[in-house]
Amino acid sequence: MNETPYSRVKLARDSKRPTGLDYITNVFAGFMELHGDRRFGDDKAIVGGIALLNDRPVTVIAIEKGHTAKERSYRNFGAPHPEGYRKALRLMKQAEKFGRPVICFIDTSGAYCGIGAEERGQGQAIGENLTEMSTLCVPVISILIGEGGSGGALALAVADRVWMLQNAVYSVISPEGCASILWKDPSKAEEAAASLKLTAEDARGLGVAERIISEKDLGKKEFYDRIRDLLSSELETLGKDTDLVGSRYERFRSLGTGAVIKERL
Amino acid sequence: MALINFLKPKNKLEEGGRTAAPVQQDAGEPEKSCPNCRRNIPVSRLWANGLVCSCGYHFRMKARQRISVISDRGTFKELYPGLKAQNPLDFPGYSEKTETVRLASGEEEAVICGTGEIGGESCCLFVMESYFMMGSMGSAVGEKLTMLFEYAVERRLPVVGFTVSGGARMQEGLLSLMQMAKVSAAVKRHSDAGLFYVVVLTDPTTGGVTASFAMEGDVILAEPGATVGFAGARVIEQTTKKPLPKGFQKSEFLLEHGFVDAIVPRANQKALISYLLKIHSGRSEP
Repeated sequence: MNETPYSRVKLARDSKRPTGLDYITNVFAGFMELHGDRRFGDDKAIVGGIALLNDRPVTVIAIEKGHTAKERSYRNFGAPHPEGYRKALRLMKQAEKFGRPVICFIDTSGAYCGIGAEERGQGQAIGENLTEMSTLCVPVISILIGEGGSGGALALAVADRVWMLQNAVYSVISPEGCASILWKDPSKAEEAAASLKLTAEDARGLGVAERIISEKDLGKKEFYDRIRDLLSSELETLGKDTDLVGSRYERFRSLGTGAVIKERL
Repeated sequence: MALINFLKPKNKLEEGGRTAAPVQQDAGEPEKSCPNCRRNIPVSRLWANGLVCSCGYHFRMKARQRISVISDRGTFKELYPGLKAQNPLDFPGYSEKTETVRLASGEEEAVICGTGEIGGESCCLFVMESYFMMGSMGSAVGEKLTMLFEYAVERRLPVVGFTVSGGARMQEGLLSLMQMAKVSAAVKRHSDAGLFYVVVLTDPTTGGVTASFAMEGDVILAEPGATVGFAGARVIEQTTKKPLPKGFQKSEFLLEHGFVDAIVPRANQKALISYLLKIHSGRSEP
C-alpha cells in the first residue's frame, strides 16, 4: 500500500465503499430501526436501532451516506442535523437502561452546516453527546468506516474503543478547508492532508484509535464476519472492566497531555 | 433587586447625562471607531465604560482586562500559567506562529485559568483570549480547562467561564479535536458532583468550543451582539446557497431559539454572576 494521506481521503470518500447500513445489515441480525429524536424530527443521515450480535442484543447507530445519487441526497450526504445526534443519544440512553452495548459506525464529512442546523443548536447537540457519552454505563465501540469529519464524527465516538478501517480518515477539519484557511489555497489540500495526520496509522500513533481494521475482502462476507468476531471478543473484554466509565475518562484524559509543556519558562 | 435589572443595559456614558454624540476632539487623545454606530470614541472614555460604546456595542476585551473587571480586586490567583502547546504534529509554520503570537499577545496560551472571588464568592475562573490565535483550542487549552474543572471538583468550587474562540486549533489536528471530548468529560464530572458552572459567551464563540464546553453550562449567558454558532456563516452560505436570516448566529438569535438563558451587558455581568454564585453556594453534597 503506497497511498498518500490525500489519496486515503479520496478512498474514504468513495461512494462505492460500504456505508453504515451495509455494516448494520451484514454484521448484525434482526435489526429493527428506531426513528426520531422525540423532539423535532427524524434525521435520515443517522440510522439507529436494536439488533443482535451473535445473539447478543446491542444498540447500533450509524451515519449513513448512501451509495447512489438519490440515496446520497436522501441521506443528506451523511451530514447529520442536531436531531440526528439527539436521536443517537436517545438510543444510547435506552441502551444504558437495558444494559445493551452500543456500537457506532461513523462516516461523515461533518455535522451539517445549515441554517436549520444552527437554529436547532448543532453545537449544543454535539456538546451534549460528548458529556453524556463520557458517563454512559454500557460499553461503547465506535468504528470509523470512511470519513471522520471533526465534531460531527466525535459526537458518536466518545467510546471505550475507537477503531478505524485501514483507509478511513479522522480529522479536525477537511484538508481542503484547512488549506483554504491557512494558506488561502484549497489546491494545497494534498499538503494539508499530510500535515493534519489524519490516517488510521496516525490516529493510532496519537492514541486516538486502538485498532486498524484491514480492508482485505472489503464488503464481502468474510470481511463482515471478521468485524463481527472482533466486536464480540472486544465486548467480552470490556464486560470485565468493573470501572468502564473511569477507564473511558482516563482514555480521553490522557490525549494531548504529552503535547504540552508544563514548566514555567 | 429585581432580576431584570441585571439584564437591562446600564450605560455609564448615558447615566452621566453626557450626550455621546458630539465627541470632544481632544488633540492627541487616541480614539477608536465604533463598528456599529461609526462614532469615534476617545479610548479613555471607552475604557471608563468597560469597552462598551454608548450605542451598546461591546468591543473585544483582552482576557486579563476581563479578569480584572470581573474578579474582586487582588483575589485572582492564576493556575497553570506556564502551560503551553508544543508542535505535536510538526505542523508547518505552527511553532513560528505561536512564538510570534506569544510575543504580540504577552500570553502563553489562549486561555487563562485561576481562582478568585466574584462579589465575595469563591470560584474557579477561566477566560479565553481572542488575541491568542483567536482563542483556538489545542492540547494546552484543553489540558488547562480539564485541570481547572478537576481542581474545582476537588475543592468543591463553582466554575465561571468566558468563551471566545474560533474553534479547535487545526495545527494540532486530531489532538485538538480530542480536547472537546476531554474537557466535556471533565465538565460532566464537575456537574455530577453537584457543582455549578456558568458560562458567558462572548464574540465570537464558534466551532469546537461551541460544540463542547460553551454549551455545557448550568446557566449560559451571552454578551449582546456576540456571534455564537457551530459552523461559520460563510461556510453555511456557500453550502446552502441561501441568504442568511437577519441577526443569524447573534446572541439574540440564540436566545430566541432557546440556547442561552440570558443576554447580559458587560456592565451587569459581575453583579449577576455573584448573585448566581450565591444562589448556588448552599448546595449540599449530592
